[in-house]
Amino acid sequence: MSPVLPDGPLINEAVGRLVRPYTVSDGRTRATSHFTLVTVVRATGVQTQGAFGLEHAQVLALCESPVSVAEVAARMQVPAAVVKVLLSDLAEGGAVVAGDAPPPSPGHYARPDRDLLEAVRDALLKRL
Amino acid sequence: MPSSNDCDPLPAEALPVGIKVLIAGGFGVGKTTFVNTLSEIEPLSTEEMLTAVSAATDRLDGVEDKATTTVALDFGRITLGPAHVLYLFGTPGQERFWFMWDELSEGALGAVVLADTRRLEHSFAAVDFFERRGIPFVVAVNEFDGAHRYHAEEVRTALDLRQEVPVALCDARVQSSGIRVLLELIQHLITTRSSHGSDTAPPLLRA
Ligand SMILES: Nc1nc2c(ncn2[C@@H]2O[C@H](COP(=O)(O)OP(=O)(O)O)[C@@H](O)[C@H]2O)c(=O)[nH]1
Ligand SMILES: [Mg+2]
Repeated sequence: MSPVLPDGPLINEAVGRLVRPYTVSDGRTRATSHFTLVTVVRATGVQTQGAFGLEHAQVLALCESPVSVAEVAARMQVPAAVVKVLLSDLAEGGAVVAGDAPPPSPGHYARPDRDLLEAVRDALLKRL
Repeated sequence: MPSSNDCDPLPAEALPVGIKVLIAGGFGVGKTTFVNTLSEIEPLSTEEMLTAVSAATDRLDGVEDKATTTVALDFGRITLGPAHVLYLFGTPGQERFWFMWDELSEGALGAVVLADTRRLEHSFAAVDFFERRGIPFVVAVNEFDGAHRYHAEEVRTALDLRQEVPVALCDARVQSSGIRVLLELIQHLITTRSSHGSDTAPPLLRA
């Protein structure tokens, strides 16, 4: 699978094929909206009934241990939006679980809680 | 692949929370260097697909006509422990992509605006962007060899930064330097939280 051109439209054949489900239906677009670039996902080992394709299998293989949506997309060399669709298919059947995101607040900065900030600070301090 | 249903699904709660920090600034200011220096994984890039309101789009009836483009985001990872993983995303430097920064900045904890003292004006737009959206940021002056060394206060004046915005000097090639910049950001977040009194606000009332 070749990567898309960074600046260009999605003209690549392989990607075109993958992208289609994302644009086909509004419902599917909404179903994927809870995955962000930094959502951490992991395969559960549960086998699903769906007739999944090669791309789904690739995603599953990449998230045997916890990994972010961005990493899965980077390693598959497909846009993150495509990975979100594949993940939501897999999550629906229980083959993948997703971790929590910090409080979402579309279009606005979500004020994180102090515990989170202090945990991040302390962990960074240890790296100095 | 594990073969079955006798294997319990792993609970989502066991998964770490992904935290997003943006690394912004003009072209050539050191964003990629900063991300790569700090990352525990090899440099990766992801293509985020963006749907733009395009001037060329005059049909209102279908997704097919929406201008879709992709931008490549460099990113890196710092595992902070079992509960948190920090992801650093280098924003695309080209101004023509800024229409989509809304999408990029969604859910971000905050941002680092890198500045090069030889062309501070290249970071004006990033500063402006985060100010307008109320996204907390720090400015990190990347000290390039041969560039005139400025005091943080001179940079603050030149970029017209509000007094509470921290300005740090850094070398994007040095890990401890990058960590210090991130610490400035986190401390800034903690400080501004406290000064706004939001620690006492019930969770549901948080902005
Ligand atoms: N001397 C010096 N050079 C740097 C520093 N950060 C980046 N560079 C160099 O500046 C150039 C541009 O950096 P890059 O990270 O690609 O910038 P980007 O366009 O913002 O991603 C590269 O050749 C880097 O090696 C720094 O802190 N000090
Ligand atoms: Mg770069």
